[in-house]
Amino acid sequence: MGLGSDMYRQQILDHYKNPRNYGELEDPTFTHIGENPMCGDEIRMDVKLDDDEETIERVAFSGDGCAISQASASMLSGKLHGKTVDELLEMDRDDVIDMLGVDISPMRVKCAVLAEKVAQDGAEIYQGELDVEKTTTED
Amino acid sequence: MSHQHLEALDVAAIREEFPILQREFDGQQVVYLDNAATTQTPDPVVDAMSDYYRESNANVHRGIHHLSQEASNAYETAHDRVAEFINADGREEVVFTKNTTEGENLLAYAWGLNELGPEDEVVLTEMEHHASLVTWQQIAERTGATVRYIRIDEDGRLDMDHAADLIADDTAIVSAAHVSNTLGTVNPVGQLTDLAHDHDALSFIDGAQAVPNRPVDVKAIDADFYAFSGHKMAGPTGIGVLYGKRDLFEELDPFLYGGGMIRKVTFEDSTWGDLPWKFEPGTPQIAEAVGLHAAVDWLEDIGLERIQAHEEELAAYAYDRLAAEDDVELYGPDGSDRGGLVSFNLDGVHAHDLTSIMNDHTIAVRAGDHCTQPLHDKLGVPASTRASFYVYNTREEIDKLVDALDDARQLFA
Ligand SMILES: Cc1ncc(COP(=O)(O)O)c(C=O)c1O
Repeated sequence: MGLGSDMYRQQILDHYKNPRNYGELEDPTFTHIGENPMCGDEIRMDVKLDDDEETIERVAFSGDGCAISQASASMLSGKLHGKTVDELLEMDRDDVIDMLGVDISPMRVKCAVLAEKVAQDGAEIYQGELDVEKTTTED
Repeated sequence: MSHQHLEALDVAAIREEFPILQREFDGQQVVYLDNAATTQTPDPVVDAMSDYYRESNANVHRGIHHLSQEASNAYETAHDRVAEFINADGREEVVFTKNTTEGENLLAYAWGLNELGPEDEVVLTEMEHHASLVTWQQIAERTGATVRYIRIDEDGRLDMDHAADLIADDTAIVSAAHVSNTLGTVNPVGQLTDLAHDHDALSFIDGAQAVPNRPVDVKAIDADFYAFSGHKMAGPTGIGVLYGKRDLFEELDPFLYGGGMIRKVTFEDSTWGDLPWKFEPGTPQIAEAVGLHAAVDWLEDIGLERIQAHEEELAAYAYDRLAAEDDVELYGPDGSDRGGLVSFNLDGVHAHDLTSIMNDHTIAVRAGDHCTQPLHDKLGVPASTRASFYVYNTREEIDKLVDALDDARQLFA
């Protein structure tokens, strides 16, 4: 029997089983929560900015969900380190899928992009450009 | 329940009528275990619909020409056939809708919105599908009525003592699923209906998961209203049925307005046509009605009791095989008195991941909350994986499902 789809490559499973930057920051610059209502995935992203209020110094995530959503959050938390808030806001779903490095089946894209969306919404709320309590991914 | 006297289904012959079951993805034949979401459609049903389009297509009711007469006849006869199928008193008691959801909404809007008030209670079960739960929640919000839920016990059965407590003089309607699409529980809908009637309340039964796989007799249940969907019973999408007792349908105002449903229209006012057309305005789903008729014929040819026996056998087999796995959590009652579906979780693997892995083996199952979010909250899980069976499924297919669990275990170990 073959060992599963391309979606569950070693890297994804490794990040799922050993998530990086898992937890909550003590003094985040902003924090935001989001969910995939249909899957029950829930993710909280904490972001700490440098003194320049531009550069991302640390990211932590916490939450529950499928391997794709959790691995995506874990990888994103590392990738965002050193980036600016603008660079975060410029990311799109292709960047996330490239980061994951596997084919994501259409129905699972929502899981893949949840962390990115939560981080972006958190940043926009911080900048005063968005007003939502909780991010949800619909289709 | 024992069905030992019934002849087993000739599954091999049945499968020949479903070319889709031969489909392969990456060289693997599809194992279709998502029948609670929608069933596959046998050739005779597809043929009946394409014959209709090739030979008889026209608009109904209003035409004098031959084709319209044929189409009208086919459309109206489909009502008679469905009435006979569920033991209703003729076409007047059978309204064609889009699906079960529309049946729920039709009653909720046509009756609930007009009749409910702040002193009224709507009694549902904790295992209701969102089709009923969300609909009654919304109507309650607009009318000030209160929604109450009959509890389920640890085995996933309704707590009938609680039902007897809840259903009281303030109850205006009891709306309950006949068979739960998540737990597989078969509810005592006759008893619930009796409780409702004892308190002058109406009973609405959601038969979406019952009509496809067991004999249903609306008179024996004494339900006031009963809804189901064609696409879950070997029929086409786009058509469902709302059964209602004739005297209740007669009192009820229409839900949607338009052509084909009126008796007389002036610039000032309109009067409504006969049942069931009063509830079917506009050009209806004619080909789908023809398909539903063919599906009913097809199911009765096989025999609903035999279908039920087959489903119970598969459900019990799947339940036992999965229950033998230490790391599998199952939901709903054990034993054989369950509908043909099993919902479960594999420890340490999210239902969506498990379902993706199943898909790698071309096994079609469903992950999610199955439109019963509050029930999943109560079960304490965000989602589950559901395997659901129909006439064409086999034990070998269930074996494949159980084997595929190993793959998930290895990946996620
Ligand atoms: C118990 C139950 N009720 C209602 C529905 C809704 O059916 P439909 O989507 O055909 O309206 C379903 C199917 O998903 C169901 O299982």
